[in-house]
Amino acid sequence: MNESKAHALSTLLSEKLGDAYVSHVVDRGEVTITVKSAHVQDAMLMLRDTAGCQFEQLVDLAGVDYSTFGQADWITQQATSSGFSRAVGKGQRDDASATASRFAVVYHLLSYALNQRLRVKVMLDENEPMVGSVVDIWPVADWYEREAFDLFGILFQGHPDLRRILTDYGFIGHPFRKDFPLEGYVEVRYDADKKRVVYQPVSIEPRVLVPRVIRDDGRTPGAVH
Amino acid sequence: MPEIRNMTLNFGPQHPAAHGVLRLVLEMDGEVIERADPHIGLLHRGTEKLAESKPFNQSIGYMDRLDYVSMMCNEHAYVMAIERLLGVTPPVRAQYIRVMFDEITRVLNHLMWLGAHGLDIGAMTVFLYCFREREDLMDCYEAVSGTRMHATYYRPGGVYRDLPDRMPQYLTSKWRTEKEAGRLNEGRQGSMLDFIENFADRFPACVDEYETLLTDNRIWKQRTVDIGIVTPERALALGFTGPMLRGSGVEWDLRKKQPYEVYADLDFDIPVGVNGDCYDRYLVRVEEMRQSARLLKQCAQWLRQNPGPVILDDHKLTPPTRGEMKGDMESLIHHFKLFTEGYCVPAGEVYAAVEHPKGEFGIYLVSDGANKPYRLKARAPGFAHLSAMNEMVQGHMLADVVAVIGTMDVVFGEIDR
Repeated sequence: MNESKAHALSTLLSEKLGDAYVSHVVDRGEVTITVKSAHVQDAMLMLRDTAGCQFEQLVDLAGVDYSTFGQADWITQQATSSGFSRAVGKGQRDDASATASRFAVVYHLLSYALNQRLRVKVMLDENEPMVGSVVDIWPVADWYEREAFDLFGILFQGHPDLRRILTDYGFIGHPFRKDFPLEGYVEVRYDADKKRVVYQPVSIEPRVLVPRVIRDDGRTPGAVH
Repeated sequence: MPEIRNMTLNFGPQHPAAHGVLRLVLEMDGEVIERADPHIGLLHRGTEKLAESKPFNQSIGYMDRLDYVSMMCNEHAYVMAIERLLGVTPPVRAQYIRVMFDEITRVLNHLMWLGAHGLDIGAMTVFLYCFREREDLMDCYEAVSGTRMHATYYRPGGVYRDLPDRMPQYLTSKWRTEKEAGRLNEGRQGSMLDFIENFADRFPACVDEYETLLTDNRIWKQRTVDIGIVTPERALALGFTGPMLRGSGVEWDLRKKQPYEVYADLDFDIPVGVNGDCYDRYLVRVEEMRQSARLLKQCAQWLRQNPGPVILDDHKLTPPTRGEMKGDMESLIHHFKLFTEGYCVPAGEVYAAVEHPKGEFGIYLVSDGANKPYRLKARAPGFAHLSAMNEMVQGHMLADVVAVIGTMDVVFGEIDR
């Protein structure tokens, strides 16, 4: 979407959304609008049915866990008396500070009539990550919301059948949260004595092959290097 | 009077017509489906979580493994997302190469789909015909990247290397006589572009062959016409994209409507269906193969006339050549940094979508300025399509479930991720 169209859309939305509106960003030609979690269903219905919006399709719904956003394993900016810091296996990040908006649900909408896209974001509280379901507005949200529930533990109020979808039957935990280890907690193997597949604690250890670093290369979008 | 109860039938995950690891729990009234509950996730590998633990470039290979019958299109969405965050544009030649390989991939995917769909509903021959042409395209993958499937060919900033000057040849062996090898090598004497152009010329006749077998075939029509009808309004609400949406008569193709790379400069048509049944979706996909052949020819002609770089010459993002590395300290450092730490991507979030053979494949990428993605979400078209399974098969017979699974073109690599 070109910049002027993106700005026109974001201005229109900031007026129409009323109480639900929190903020909007136009970045790289994409419009992101943040709405209040309490007003999601009203806002979405408005986005689908109002002239100038007409977002007939929910293209994607993603959960995001922002608890370690902007934290690196390796501090590269300032040197200490012993030189630059070194990356360590555990990571040098602070404990994830509990924030009022740890989780986000990100909706990607597409309007076929007007050929425009929109990203709607809802920030959710860590202790009670709950948001209204949009299944009644777009039936495709059914599985997307089940996926976000499964992977992040985000609850969708009013969803008819909020079961796990991608993880194993009887899985415990929400694997895409940042505090869930990459290697998980349990592994399965075939037990020849019991003649069945059994669960056991994981036998592999986490290894950080490449530390996570944040460098400001002076790269700005659109600049030629 | 005996009590009549509905029967619950478990279909898959080891059923050959389940196209992988789909488990369907079907509630049946006699042979009629009352409710279908697909259980997915049996192939869940946590691709998106794995990507969070690796530098950006190391996840390109994972993208191939999402939808493992249209490998390069997945890579395309991923590298496009990174490029958009970085604010770089690949050279035009790289864009043409990408478009050409996207179309090769589309043909690969549709051939696999046509063969498997035919096999599912009782047509054996078409499978063998499809694999004959697939082999040639697999050779293109191999010639350019060294592997037949998981290419890892696209890179942020372009493609890994330029097209080769010659195609690999068949050798004579115990099972292949000189005469047969000579016949197979006939189109392989020139460069890769000659081979692709030759393929684009003869491919429409091959599609005619498939159509002779199927399009007016009485059994084929009995199995597909009026099966799994979806209205255009419903298709939009259910999140359908790609041929599933066009089969219902919605004229929508990202290559035309939101053109990326050089699609805006190329000449091709979008086929649409009328009734929104399995037969229309079959016709749409068959026509798409013909259109892809047109695009292949245009790309091959352009690429022949316009040599040039295929990847950006920015060593903060793309590696220097081996030769440079041997003699130049700067290049050695760049190479080392790039393959150990990778590159940092400015903070921000983008959603990059491509017209994948199955529909809209999108990558939602959140970066916090690090050398690894903060969050990556793959929007798989098959996921939305399969979630409409219940609605599409209700009231149909058990045998039609197989036709509907086939028409959705499900691949579990992308659905389970």
